[in-house]
Amino acid sequence: MPVKGRIVRISGPLVVAEGMRGVQMYEMVRVGHEGLIGEVTRIRGDEAYIQVYESTSGLRPGEPVEGTGAPLSVELGPGLLGRIYDGVQRPLPEIAEAIARTAPHRRMFVERGVNVPALDRERKWTFHPGDPDTGKTLRPGDKVGPGDVLGWVQETSIITHKIMVPPGVRGRLKSIAPEGDYTVTDVIAEVESDGEVREVHMMHRWPVRVPRPYRVKLDPTEPLITGMRIIDTFFPMAKGGTGAIPGGFGTGKTVTLHSLAQWSAARVVIYIGCGERGNEMTEVLIRFPEYKDPWTGKPLMDRTILIANTSNMPVAAREASIYVGITLAEYYRDMGYDVLLVADSTSRWAEALREIAGRLEEMPAEEGYPSYLASRLAEFYERAGRVEALGSPERLGSVTVVGAVSPPGGDFTEPVTSHTKRFIRVFWALDTKLAYSRHYPAINWIISYSAYVDLVEEWWHKNVDPRWRSYRDEAMEVLMREDELQEIVRLVGTESLEERDKLILDTARLIKDGFLKQNAFDPIDAFSPPEKQFKLLQMILDYYKKARELVEKGATVAQIREAVGRLYVEMAKAKFEVPNDRLDQIDELRARVLKALEGLEARLG
Amino acid sequence: MLGVREYTRVSEIRGPLLVVEGVSRVAYDEIVEVELPSGEKRRGRVLEVNRNVAVVQVFEGTTGVTTTGTRVRFLGKPLEIPVSEDMLGRIFNGLGEPIDGGPQVEAEERRDVNGAPLNPAERDYPEDFIQTGVSAIDGMNTLVRGQKLPIFSGSGLPHNVLAAQIARQATVRGEAEEFAVIFAAIGIKYDDYLFFRKFFEETGALNKVAMFVNLADEPAMIRLITPRAALTLAEYLAYERDMHVLVILTDMTNYAEALREISAAREEVPGRQGYPGYLYSDLASIYERAGRVKGKKGSITQMPILTMPNDDITHPIPDLTGYITEGQIVLSRELHNRGIYPPINVLMSLSRLMKEGIGPGKTREDHAAVSNQLYAAYSRGVELRSLAAVVGEESLSEVDRKYLKFADEFERRFLSQGVRENRTIEETLDLGWEVLSILPEEELTNIKEELIRKYHPKYRGRP
Repeated sequence: MPVKGRIVRISGPLVVAEGMRGVQMYEMVRVGHEGLIGEVTRIRGDEAYIQVYESTSGLRPGEPVEGTGAPLSVELGPGLLGRIYDGVQRPLPEIAEAIARTAPHRRMFVERGVNVPALDRERKWTFHPGDPDTGKTLRPGDKVGPGDVLGWVQETSIITHKIMVPPGVRGRLKSIAPEGDYTVTDVIAEVESDGEVREVHMMHRWPVRVPRPYRVKLDPTEPLITGMRIIDTFFPMAKGGTGAIPGGFGTGKTVTLHSLAQWSAARVVIYIGCGERGNEMTEVLIRFPEYKDPWTGKPLMDRTILIANTSNMPVAAREASIYVGITLAEYYRDMGYDVLLVADSTSRWAEALREIAGRLEEMPAEEGYPSYLASRLAEFYERAGRVEALGSPERLGSVTVVGAVSPPGGDFTEPVTSHTKRFIRVFWALDTKLAYSRHYPAINWIISYSAYVDLVEEWWHKNVDPRWRSYRDEAMEVLMREDELQEIVRLVGTESLEERDKLILDTARLIKDGFLKQNAFDPIDAFSPPEKQFKLLQMILDYYKKARELVEKGATVAQIREAVGRLYVEMAKAKFEVPNDRLDQIDELRARVLKALEGLEARLG
Repeated sequence: MLGVREYTRVSEIRGPLLVVEGVSRVAYDEIVEVELPSGEKRRGRVLEVNRNVAVVQVFEGTTGVTTTGTRVRFLGKPLEIPVSEDMLGRIFNGLGEPIDGGPQVEAEERRDVNGAPLNPAERDYPEDFIQTGVSAIDGMNTLVRGQKLPIFSGSGLPHNVLAAQIARQATVRGEAEEFAVIFAAIGIKYDDYLFFRKFFEETGALNKVAMFVNLADEPAMIRLITPRAALTLAEYLAYERDMHVLVILTDMTNYAEALREISAAREEVPGRQGYPGYLYSDLASIYERAGRVKGKKGSITQMPILTMPNDDITHPIPDLTGYITEGQIVLSRELHNRGIYPPINVLMSLSRLMKEGIGPGKTREDHAAVSNQLYAAYSRGVELRSLAAVVGEESLSEVDRKYLKFADEFERRFLSQGVRENRTIEETLDLGWEVLSILPEEELTNIKEELIRKYHPKYRGRP
């Protein structure tokens, strides 16, 4: 019997109801006459404290509150890809349609109290029994358990959606539907256990705050190629890894995250706009169907799910949106896909926690954030990973999590950034100074780090070039040395440096201009394939090594620059002048540069 | 909603807050009328309801309010203002009531000032280039229709002059239609208000302008309503009357200060520097009311102005604003002191929607490349300038000295312009090429070869 109580207090997104004895912690409740969605966050006596996911304006004490008997859950099944949901998985286009039915001129606004299911109940999907990869088919009488693949549905042009036995269902298969068209609520199979028959549908629900089960968690080994040079070459992400991208406003967090969502080699991308700009979600929504997935050539939206709780939408739903997103990610991971989850921004999520905690009059820790901020962050990032999924056939899937952090005043010592650093393994620190000079992506190469360099080395050596690591490390050394030299330059200027050091400055500039800087809006430069990344770096460093030899033989940097002449500019521009399918031109340019230097060598004798 | 109910049991008065007991069925966010024993009426709204107790925020302040004899009427609805096309050309107070001596507004509709969040799935992406005639903006921080682009300023800097210049010159190329301007004065000084009023009168723009005015000596709590009232009218004009509306909100610092005051009165747990933890969400509920909507002709472009306390861009108000708005135009005291107008610090400025509004068919094919190169070169020039101050110019290489010259010329010729000087985008870009041509050609690493051949003065047969 669901609990029924009534409102006694309203303060912003917090509602207190009495007569709620028997309600569960984190149970989803319906608040007021309009049935607004809320979640119980504290219970005291027969009073429940409820965070409400919609505007509470106009609510009055005395209005009813009803329990639903279940925690806040998401709907999982075919029809998720290509959609845009709000923070509690209501489809935004359908909300607009629903509003337009009663008030056509209000359709552009999100009004409250609109109830639309996440998955379309009418749409029919063609269900094919059997596993799509192995062809293995389950028959009545077979023993089945969670994760066993019953069949599949072609969800989009790129994603085959596996229909699996949901977690918690185990027994003998009593029946399985033949190939045909079904809605997500039609019975697709029956599983019998101890004389009890459980119906299995293409859709099931899962509570968002509970991680979905898997068999075993594995170490990440493969890089998640993103096409961004500074990331792939210097601070690589791994499939199943965790990363944070902190930066003050204007440093390019969102552009970098969009690039990740657009270009990375993930099969499914979940993009959570958590307390960010409305136009940014609109941009993704309008552009992604036009863009092609670089790995399959199909529309990008066919692999993407958007969760949008923009900054002006109710704050409590911001808190939920992160959990909704990661639950969807785990679901596709369980099918055996590599999923990338992008959360922009975790700081807004933390602020939502802070706001709710403040209304609950909890004792604040640093900067007003609740003391459980760190443990919540840890729980979230721990849901990432490469796993062996439950069920048969055996499959590996991964969830890679990248969270943006928006530190106030760009200060990385603030609580959200500093706690996040404890739980992630890749740190892409965005730098205001780089952004001011329009060096994008403004990832600072001195303070950023990746713990996956050793893990992904093997992949690069096998698939691109066995010298990858040595080139990468040497380039890093040049950049580090340049940073030290800049300190000296600030005191004495460049002219009084030794030639060897001048060459370092010169090379570092070439690495920055010709490699690190990348234009996300240039048709060629936006995506740099791994081979191109390697060849560009190889070209620059071979130039550097040869030039260093000459300097040791007495040449000056001025002579070297004169010898290479315009080739220097060509090296800097190769990233966007050389098409990605004509990489031989980089080799050719490299040969010309080395030849010019050999000419100088000959002249010097 | 229920009808009007009246109560008299005021148990506590604290700052702008009244605590009223013995109430029943009071709604959160409901609007309230407070009648003093003298017969004076003030307005307020419900901030919290707890069983039979309501906490009411009084807009005009609680000075002179007593616990006895005060009547509190709950009006059973949220704060609404009338909206109508006839409001253009009129001047209102911060709550949307006429103060220009003209007649009451014949409402075409009444709307809740709080508005409702725009559905991201119903938004259209802003991409129409607005030519402001200001090179630093058009060339390097392009504004597009439906964008929210604030001016970060400091006290004494010419932000008002710049905002007025933009309001006067802003056009979308190829369209005759002018912007309707809605001007919200939030706690500003009387002379600032006069400046804008005179400006709109002189330019003859007043009939396309609606002003909502809350002056510095008027009640602070009304500042929380003023921008919302202005935006409520803007939404009506944009989405029901197909108008392109430019909303100027000045000064958002005063708004945030009023919010802090109410938060302190409620004894809330503060975030940074005493501002409430929800300052971000609250500011967003204002700034996000800009944009374009699918299937609607009109648009709302926002230009909030805020003065950074102590010129500190990391102060919570500019900081949180920058996280919400689509870029920022930052004014620099240093440039201002050197007599440069507009004193825009382009390095710290940014327009996030620029990329959508520029390029072939919109401005010119070389726009993005020129802008990138100007940024890269100027930032290097500025860096070298501070280096030269320490080690002397002679310790710099020849190329570096050219960068110094570039930085000076950039500020003198590209950045500087007259208050009435209205440059076309072509003029701006050509000027950009001219100053870039000070540098050796191989320094132009951000520009593709073919564009250099086409636009560089050297190849266009110029000196």
